[in-house]
Amino acid sequence: MKVRIHVSLKPGVLDPQGRAVHHALEGLGFAGVQDVRIGRLIELEVDEGTTDDALDAMCRGLLANMVIENYRIEKAASSSEREPA
Amino acid sequence: MAFCAAFITFPGSNCDRDMAVALETISGTAPIRVWHGDSELPDGVDLVALPGGFSYGDYLRSGAMAAHSPIMRAVKHAADRGVPVLGVCNGFQVLTEAGLLPGALMRNAGQTFICRTVPLRVENSETLFTAGYEAGQVIRIPVAHHDGNYFADEDTLDRLEGEGRVAFRYVETCNGSRRDIAGVLNTAGNVLGMMPHPERAIEQDHGGTDGRALFESAVKGLVGA
Repeated sequence: MKVRIHVSLKPGVLDPQGRAVHHALEGLGFAGVQDVRIGRLIELEVDEGTTDDALDAMCRGLLANMVIENYRIEKAASSSEREPA
Repeated sequence: MAFCAAFITFPGSNCDRDMAVALETISGTAPIRVWHGDSELPDGVDLVALPGGFSYGDYLRSGAMAAHSPIMRAVKHAADRGVPVLGVCNGFQVLTEAGLLPGALMRNAGQTFICRTVPLRVENSETLFTAGYEAGQVIRIPVAHHDGNYFADEDTLDRLEGEGRVAFRYVETCNGSRRDIAGVLNTAGNVLGMMPHPERAIEQDHGGTDGRALFESAVKGLVGA
């Protein structure tokens, strides 16, 4: 089973990297970008029987730092990921 | 009684030797090197130092991998028993990731690596590590880090301030740290994490010796004058 862990900074935590990228997008002439926040995507391949509790424990114990980050667990229904054409 | 200090070398530590030299210079006894994969600290260890560097290449987050290395279980047990633990730079990051200190160290607000000597104010001079300084004294200690931007929520910051657990504060804004915090203590006061490098301010040739008092305080406090 493929599991994607989306790790993002908590609201209110300053993201200097996102701010720099925001400025760069503006510099490239892209208008209308309100905000940029940079996170991390972690893809796991786990046994089918892996419980939500176990995935939570992985996130809280290592994959995310709960002081500054939130996480969201997304389980892929099947391996139907499409590559861009 | 000889002073028995241990310092941990993680893969990617690069200030471990500096730390060892500082400890030996001040205490007169060479500290014991402990490898990250070891599971035990030396018997009767008086102090454990976690050095600066880039443990595990800063994979995932600075200090995150090292915080879960085998030796850290022993360091946690030692800290719980009251053994003093000093984490400098990456060592501070490891201590926050291991949950031995509150907060987190994020990318510097200016995005740049900061490498210079900065003035620090000693906020609490009544700890094992800071007894050799005067409260409010300004000392000059080098910093060299990319991820030194201390973050904790407001309640935690208020608690740290109220309990005297802010050991050092940047006199000038350095890296975006909340309330300019440069070093914090745990509740019991035996664990200190700080981004600046006192071990790089020991000899006159280092450009200053303001770091000596930190090691002298600890040695004096642990083995007597």
